[in-house]
Amino acid sequence: MSSSSALTVERPTATAPPRRHGSTTKRKQNVAAYLFILPFMVVFIAMLIVPLAYAGYLSLFESKLIGGEVFTGLGNYVRALTDPNFLGSLGRAVLFFIIQVPIMLALSLFFALALDSRRARGSKAIRLLIFMPYAVPAVVATLMWGYLYGPDFGPIAQVSRAIGLGTPEFLTPETILYSMMNIVTWEFIGYNMIIMYAALRSIPSELYEAAEIDGAGQFRVAWSVKIPSIRPAILLTVIFSVIGTFQLFSEPSLLNAIAGNAITNDILPNYYAYNVAFINQEINYAAALAFLLGIVIAVVSYIVQLSAERRERRERNWT
Amino acid sequence: MTDLDTRAAVTIGDATGNRRRAGRPYVPEKRRSILLTVVLWLCVLYFVLPLWWLFVSSTKSNAALFSTFGLWFGGDFSLLENLQTLFTVRDGIYLRWVLNTIVYALVSATGATLLAAMAGYAFAKFDFPGRKALFSVTLGAIMIPLTALAIPTYLLFASAGLTDTPWAIIIPSFVSPFGVYLMRVYSADAIDDSLIEAARVDGAGEFRIFWQVGLRLLGPGLVTVFLFSLVGTWNNYFLPLIMLNSSELYPLTVGLAQIQAAASAGGGAQALFSTVITGSFVAVVPLIIAFLFLQRYWQSGLATGSVKG
Repeated sequence: MSSSSALTVERPTATAPPRRHGSTTKRKQNVAAYLFILPFMVVFIAMLIVPLAYAGYLSLFESKLIGGEVFTGLGNYVRALTDPNFLGSLGRAVLFFIIQVPIMLALSLFFALALDSRRARGSKAIRLLIFMPYAVPAVVATLMWGYLYGPDFGPIAQVSRAIGLGTPEFLTPETILYSMMNIVTWEFIGYNMIIMYAALRSIPSELYEAAEIDGAGQFRVAWSVKIPSIRPAILLTVIFSVIGTFQLFSEPSLLNAIAGNAITNDILPNYYAYNVAFINQEINYAAALAFLLGIVIAVVSYIVQLSAERRERRERNWT
Repeated sequence: MTDLDTRAAVTIGDATGNRRRAGRPYVPEKRRSILLTVVLWLCVLYFVLPLWWLFVSSTKSNAALFSTFGLWFGGDFSLLENLQTLFTVRDGIYLRWVLNTIVYALVSATGATLLAAMAGYAFAKFDFPGRKALFSVTLGAIMIPLTALAIPTYLLFASAGLTDTPWAIIIPSFVSPFGVYLMRVYSADAIDDSLIEAARVDGAGEFRIFWQVGLRLLGPGLVTVFLFSLVGTWNNYFLPLIMLNSSELYPLTVGLAQIQAAASAGGGAQALFSTVITGSFVAVVPLIIAFLFLQRYWQSGLATGSVKG
């Protein structure tokens, strides 16, 4: 990531020690700084860099019945990129991302702006209640929605039948992806809302009070002042959503027990990689899939960030 | 935090008096909208009804679960029986899962918060060679999907003989690049350089300054990182699922998924569904309580972290 990244904080540090302290003090402080960072970096390297490199290494081999581990170069990648199961799972993840993430983030933004306007009664309670699902484990959320979706005794079906709409089908192969989108939306609207809301609260209020005095309406202020001011926070939620979508696992894995015929082992990429590794026991191929998935996520996140930066630059040129 | 507090104070002041004094500047907080209130409270139903269902269902017997309306109480009030079953099923293994989850989550969150605080503090308050590069690497790592790393991590842990031990859950949870980012922003804001300088003049060592001056000022930031790491570990399913084989080591998530699978396989003949639901309800309560109790701190902590950039 470049230092011009929207996430990067570049503020002048006032810590440069005055000259008279001399270079021994400076050196002592550098040593202290490295010691402060060391524990994190050790775990960081051990738990992120090493597994990443190891996945890359493993992905270059193939396990044969005769001869054991054989070097295949990019063979596993060629296989992955021509594997209809993997490509299909990736396609469904992209579909998931295109439909679910905009809906979720738009609603999060709406709630954040609505609560920030302070025009509703009980704003504080509303904020916490919307956020609450975030504290629910994905496992529990999926189990719960699995019961709620149930065609026979699920309350949604009960209500729907009572008002004469028939039994809705949430757990068929055609609808299961959308049912999962709803679960994920339910889980994460509040989390994203809180990030955006926290950013909104920190805008100096004079900024938009001035706009309101100038006669700009609420919507105008939201659109032209508030949303642009919290763009970094919105970008952060988009990037978290990219990561989250491409590694969904609990939802398909648990729905499999409830709606086995609707969940194929390749429904979403991370679930597929898990099945390849632990059911098919194809560790090398799974490593290649995991590595590719990581690359896809990094590339998509990077594109998102780049387009956000470009947009910002364009707008800056206009003004 | 101070920003939030003053704003809150201003709002209260506006609401209590001075209504429509001539020439008073426009105060948006005064205007309530009934429409917005109604719309928002209707939306809240979507978030709350599933949890309401979970609570109501945990009071029902297995039979009542399938014969009464899902969103209201029905049959006998069986919460206590359900809890009793939950904590006695398979020799009380559920309690074991609760304890495991608490230990994993607390140790992981404490470690992650401490590591993030130290690193974030150093990034904010020291100007050392390589600072920019290391911070960029850390930030870039926010994009690395931890789940995609789970398979290679599993293989590495397996060769080190660490799979099927608590360490396999705890050590990977120590890494929180987002925590480092938040702590850096928070340190830059909350710790005054002159304070550090004064402590140095007094002859305090860098570690003592961090421990006695820095950590004290980082309160809300620490709570935020701690709480979010806690939830991350508490709710994690993928990592413990692949790392652990012995069910005595399971956290709640993996345990619940296991009894759910047993319940589905048994076709509901066993009274397991009500156990799964009661178990789910019990698993959710502690985190909701933690968020409610600590909301002042984590919300102001996030507020500082989310604006910069």
